[in-house]
Amino acid sequence: MSGDPGSNGKAPRAAAPSVAHPPAHSAPPPRSLPGGGETRRHVLVAVVLNKPGVLNRVASLMRARNFNIDSLAVSHTDSDDVSRMTITLHGDDVAVEQAAKQLYRLIDVLKVQDVTSEPTIQQELALVKIRATDSNRAEVLKLVELSRGRVVDLADGSIIVEATGTETEIDAFVALVRTYGIKELVRTGAVVMARGSGSIEEAIKR
Amino acid sequence: MTITRGDPAHPPSPVEDAAAAGRSPARRSHVPNDGSADAAAVERARKAMLHEARDLKRTRIGADVVCEALLRQGVDVFFSYPGGVILPLYDVLGDYPELRHVLVRHEQGGAHAADGYARVTGRVGVCMGTSGPGATNLVTGIGTALLDSVPMVAITGNVPSALIGKDAFQEIDINGITLPMTKHNYLVRDADDLPRVIAEAFHIARTGRPGPVHIDITKDALQQETRAEHPSEAEVVAGLPGFRPNLDGHGRQLKLAAAEIASAKRPVILAGHGVLHAQAWDDLRAFAEKTQIPVAWTLLGIGVIDEAHPLAYGYMGMHGWKHVNRAIQSADLLIAIGMRFDDRVTGNVRTYAPYARIVHVDIDPAEIGKNVAVEVPIVGDAGRVLRALTPMVAAVDPATRAEYFDQLADWKADSIASSWHGSGAWRDGLLSADYVIERIGELTDHEATYVADVGQNQMWLARYTGFRHPNSHVSSGGLGTMGFSVPAAMGAALGRPDRETWAITGDGGFQMTSQELMTLVADHIPVKIALLDNKKLGMIRQWQEIIYGGNYHSASLPGPDFAKLADAYGIPAFRARTPGDVDDAIRSAQAVDGPALIWFEIAEEQNVFPMMPAGKGLSDLIEKWGGADE
Repeated sequence: MSGDPGSNGKAPRAAAPSVAHPPAHSAPPPRSLPGGGETRRHVLVAVVLNKPGVLNRVASLMRARNFNIDSLAVSHTDSDDVSRMTITLHGDDVAVEQAAKQLYRLIDVLKVQDVTSEPTIQQELALVKIRATDSNRAEVLKLVELSRGRVVDLADGSIIVEATGTETEIDAFVALVRTYGIKELVRTGAVVMARGSGSIEEAIKR
Repeated sequence: MTITRGDPAHPPSPVEDAAAAGRSPARRSHVPNDGSADAAAVERARKAMLHEARDLKRTRIGADVVCEALLRQGVDVFFSYPGGVILPLYDVLGDYPELRHVLVRHEQGGAHAADGYARVTGRVGVCMGTSGPGATNLVTGIGTALLDSVPMVAITGNVPSALIGKDAFQEIDINGITLPMTKHNYLVRDADDLPRVIAEAFHIARTGRPGPVHIDITKDALQQETRAEHPSEAEVVAGLPGFRPNLDGHGRQLKLAAAEIASAKRPVILAGHGVLHAQAWDDLRAFAEKTQIPVAWTLLGIGVIDEAHPLAYGYMGMHGWKHVNRAIQSADLLIAIGMRFDDRVTGNVRTYAPYARIVHVDIDPAEIGKNVAVEVPIVGDAGRVLRALTPMVAAVDPATRAEYFDQLADWKADSIASSWHGSGAWRDGLLSADYVIERIGELTDHEATYVADVGQNQMWLARYTGFRHPNSHVSSGGLGTMGFSVPAAMGAALGRPDRETWAITGDGGFQMTSQELMTLVADHIPVKIALLDNKKLGMIRQWQEIIYGGNYHSASLPGPDFAKLADAYGIPAFRARTPGDVDDAIRSAQAVDGPALIWFEIAEEQNVFPMMPAGKGLSDLIEKWGGADE
């Protein structure tokens, strides 16, 4: 699904036989419901006008339409009046396409694109406050270094590590340090950008 | 028949009282360009507003901007109720006599009136209220407009901006409340923003898929001095880069649709509200005639085609005609135009139209593939798509569809014979609601505007009136708002004063908004109210009888003496208890110059058949229940 309102309904049913006189003796196959496909993680990029309440509109719409957002990251773009949201959610392709179409109905939404199947760069940042005693600090620091984490705060009894990577990489890092004890964890949610020279922001007709 | 008051030929109407008091008894017409003095005054004011702000002998404030903007949009009437924070607007209203203000008796009535006005005129309806309870009272009407895609602008006052978020008197987060139930909404704290916001609101409300837009204006913005100028339509469009509805169907999709139509043997057109919004009834008829495809319609699609047209097949869905649902269930192609496969239309989607491929035309891409998967999606305006598609399809000789048409005709004859007056009412000599509706249709020559409430009365009206004109039927379909009919009829009567306006309501819905009777009287709005009183919540009783094993909790609904109630408001009332009373009562109400009420005491336990139980499919219709005659 892209923001182009001309493309939609990508899931046609198998062609039903053209029946001039429906046979009375055999029950027809049940009509398939939209969606019902395999659930997977999707990443939507929404380019929106930077107006008060736009985040509320997006969040409210997703709630009202029964979509559960896994993560949501919002920031300005290079243009002051335009913001960009990266939304990750789980659902089958048709359901997520429906979510994208519903988002597109919002007046402040300029473009919505499902980049799940496109080659992208995905990054997420996490800050993890890990319990570190005198006895195991060296061990923790070694682990952090091997995981390409960065220590941003050292204190008596704990360290704060900044980890950057894909959602999976951060999951793995968090699992790794959990044995030492996680005192606090905060994650930004994924931000994503398509590889190559194409630009979703330039594609918007202004 | 009992006439409670006066002589039906010369009822003492409030209009005469007004004349006696020296006021003009003439009803004001607000139809643009109809040649009347009122319409000309509005048009003059609108043109003046297009060029410059009115020459005021005082400071121009935000409230003036609101009035100017309304006039520029061609608004001639709006429905409102005053309150503390919207008083600055009322303070300047006197300077804009071309704007007719209808003082409703409850904000919900105002919202429904704006809705009814919009549905019969195709123009944007406007309602207003104050902050807090005034605003929350509008909410039901805004929701009704959203679910039925009705163009509406609702304006509320809010507390001064310095008090926002302080739980001030009559402060509620109305912007947060209307956010999920409007097409768009605004909170304005600065009068300089008002010209742009109001122009955007009207543009959004009426463009693409129509819908309600809510504007919340703080009291200080209404009072603030401003020199802000009104934007042009081009500036409005340029300022809304995220709002570019796709109006023309994609050429490739149109070709696919034409191919489907060429190969279909048992096609059916499913026409909905979108055809009326697009004013595409002539395009639809031309398309249907060329392709010789029968037309079925949704509840809100009533009026897309003259029911007397040979290709007009009928009303579909849960309480639709059996023959229509049979045609859909056996169709090999459904051409759905401006409808959204609501659950009341499809029933269980798994068993819906099992042999059919589907071409779905809708202006809202989100509607396509939402409830049913379709083979050919076309995003576009119903009229533009039909005008593009019709030249692409071959003219079909009706003789080639003879076998199909014969079967459709057989089904129709069978369906009408089995469900006509399908209740025990006749057997017992009681008044049957379907008979009442049929007589109202006949005696108004099918030329009136008919406004339904919700429940059994709504289904009887949809089935038995015989609609012959677009926008002659007004009904709360999506939200199913009881209490809709009387206030919506009020707006409909003002929007189309050239047609008689009938509100068809049940005793339940009527009791929800009967306070608007006073508005009808005070503003001389000639709505004829047909009150179908079965002393029950009829649809609730029907469900309890059939689905809940006869557990009639709260189905019985005692009401007042409705004739005395009408009389108290100064509205002539007529009463009909037997089939013999019906015609006299209708004619008497028609003879009244002004609002009138007919109290039809119908059979208490009449059901609407056929009925598709919730969760079942279109092939699972219940056609009778209980006694053999029912």
